[in-house]
Amino acid sequence: MIAEIGHAALWLAAALAALQMLAGFLAVNAGGEGDVARLVRPTAIMQGVLASVAFAMLLWLFATTDLSVKLVAANSHSMKPMIFKLAGAWGNHEGSMLLWVTVMSLAGGLIALVERRLPERTMQATLAAQGLVSLGFYAFLILSSNPFERLPVPAPEGMGLNPLLQDIGLAFHPPTLYIGYVGLSVAFSFAVGALLTRQVTPDFASAMRPWVLGAWVFLTIGITAGSYWAYYELGWGGWWFWDPVENASLMPWLAATALLHSASVLASRDALRIWTIMLGVVAFSMSMVGTFLVRSGILTSVHAFAVDPERGTFILILLALFIGGALLLFALRANTINEGERFAIASREGALVFNNVMLSAILAIVLLGTLYPLLTEAFDVRVSVGPPYFNPVGAIFAVPMFLVMAVGPLLRWRQDRLDRIRPEIALFAAVVIAALIWFGLVMDVAILPLLGLALAVGLGVASFMPLRGRKLTRVPLATWGMVVAHFGIAVALLGMASESAFSEERLAAVQEGGTTTVGPWTITLREVVPVAGPNWTATEAHILASYDGGEPVYLGPQARNFWAPPQETTESALATRWNGQLYAVVGDRAPDGRWQVRLWWKPLVTLIWFGGLLVAVGGVLALLGRVVADLRRRSIARKIVERRSEEEAFARSQAQEASA
Amino acid sequence: MIMRLLLSLAAFVLAVPLAAQDSMPPAPYAYRQLDDPAQEAAAQDLMETLRCLKCQSQSIADSDAPMAGDLRHQVRIRIAAGEEPEAIRQWLMQRYGDYVSYKPEVSASTWPLFAIPLLLVLVAGGILVGRLRRRA
Repeated sequence: MIAEIGHAALWLAAALAALQMLAGFLAVNAGGEGDVARLVRPTAIMQGVLASVAFAMLLWLFATTDLSVKLVAANSHSMKPMIFKLAGAWGNHEGSMLLWVTVMSLAGGLIALVERRLPERTMQATLAAQGLVSLGFYAFLILSSNPFERLPVPAPEGMGLNPLLQDIGLAFHPPTLYIGYVGLSVAFSFAVGALLTRQVTPDFASAMRPWVLGAWVFLTIGITAGSYWAYYELGWGGWWFWDPVENASLMPWLAATALLHSASVLASRDALRIWTIMLGVVAFSMSMVGTFLVRSGILTSVHAFAVDPERGTFILILLALFIGGALLLFALRANTINEGERFAIASREGALVFNNVMLSAILAIVLLGTLYPLLTEAFDVRVSVGPPYFNPVGAIFAVPMFLVMAVGPLLRWRQDRLDRIRPEIALFAAVVIAALIWFGLVMDVAILPLLGLALAVGLGVASFMPLRGRKLTRVPLATWGMVVAHFGIAVALLGMASESAFSEERLAAVQEGGTTTVGPWTITLREVVPVAGPNWTATEAHILASYDGGEPVYLGPQARNFWAPPQETTESALATRWNGQLYAVVGDRAPDGRWQVRLWWKPLVTLIWFGGLLVAVGGVLALLGRVVADLRRRSIARKIVERRSEEEAFARSQAQEASA
Repeated sequence: MIMRLLLSLAAFVLAVPLAAQDSMPPAPYAYRQLDDPAQEAAAQDLMETLRCLKCQSQSIADSDAPMAGDLRHQVRIRIAAGEEPEAIRQWLMQRYGDYVSYKPEVSASTWPLFAIPLLLVLVAGGILVGRLRRRA
């Protein structure tokens, strides 16, 4: 019964999406008024509610392990811990697509509920576009990936979930990324709505900005968490592989970062109108490309669960329709939209335009490097594109971007002179050059990590320069957000460069009771014991690690064997210090009885994820600043209206007294 | 020849996952570093640019797959025997195809990977010069 309720809710939600789209477009044609127009917002809200009901039913089915449902039988197991039963609901193709449409329709419902700044007609066009996009994904879900399909005969036991995915990281990683991906659909719909009604105004950018910020924060957290998950779960200390699945999440992030800055310029300066619209379309297009890559089975990895070409074709058609349609609309309307206010090269807009172009170029490189091997594979030529390609080619654009990022926030809007900020530029240059000399000549670091280290140190200093000479208590929250986010980028960059420049590795075969070293650490293997968990058995090494002869810390890395489905995984153990992490993995037993142990000392590696979190915190601060400012603006507007009506009432009573 | 034998064994291991993996120890230098730090560093640099053919976007330097272990062993003993890293790369590419190497090289099948970024530099420069000069 639960499955049928979910299925019915899904169909109803799809029908409402169709209604939302039709009513929206009709209302736009009718000039934004009339009975049809009043239908749009409630429909969008109801659609969000129904999609949530469908998703709640799926969670219920997984929680109770209802083995008469095909999806549950294929992806769950009665012996799994509850948290992984629930996480299993979105750890598969159908469930994750249901999560996708649920988030999308909730976002649509939310803008219908709260957004009152824009002209009503633009809002109807926006909601119509949101309905159209949702409808496409409902069709995909219902026609080719129904999560509520029953089995003719209930299965005696579930097939289980990929052990690599049975991790607390999985419970939160996909939902976080999806909220980010799908949050960008709102920016897309706003862009389409503004194009349809030709209302590309600062108000439009202010309405869109919190959504982009929110989606961007979730993407940042999702990418950071995914990177840390790969780091500790895959057992070799790598934190970014330029894997297509990782790139699929990086590309929307790059586009959203550019969009965020461009929307800021539009909101406060009424410039970059066309560029903002373009990025709004591109950002969600990248989300859809990412979904296509991950969901179509075109790649084969733990993320690509679907191997059914029919689904891939379906998503590809959706992609072509939505992206192609939006770009066509853009091409038809772009020339009717004025470019907006003008500005000089040496201005904050100038710096933002420069970095937006750099971000877009990096995005193009990542897209090229991700799609090119797939393209050649279609012609039976296999090409490998990996870190040795992405790192240097990306750096061509990233290095100038970081340089401009350091000085851009110091410039004034519209027009400025570089010599006004000469002391700041000199300080930044001095720090970068000193770091280049120290790390390059004294420590002999290779070129890319060297550039990373120097720019990170310089940017770390430069990110606080916008606060110079200002009263800190009066700096707006949104400016703090920018400072923290830019500092976070510097911190993450320092972690990446340091990990790549200074990591030390030790692969050793150690007897129980034996000792080995890596970097400043001395490691003693006390013993190796068997342990058992709810659905796995493991060999666990008891390791004592001492930093520079200090108090030893205990580490317990495991080699796990899962039995449903059968698979081996390595569970690394980490010792975290302020200046880095010791990473320990236990492997097989050699024939002579010694144990394989893999150890890494990675100086400052934790800064990578700490920096990522700082970037997210910066985004949250900026978002709070914007929302608070908006609420204040609304309450002032309300007070003005009240005041005016009081004054009018007073004037009327005066007039009555006078006439009496 | 030994390589081919190892490979067929590796294929066998993959076909029969659990039972066989325990019975075949990994090649000696799969999980052991070279004693000379300079040689080990050279081997590490090379391994990081060689693809693990059985994995998803991982180099042979970060994979537990038996095949990655065998390749690490091959790289290390050849480096220890004094072979040049590029010669080892060529040798592997002859056996497994260009696919095994992550090192970007311009060839008939890869030139767009280099031409397009070059074009991007020009286009980006063009956009910036066009936009910003008009504004000045």
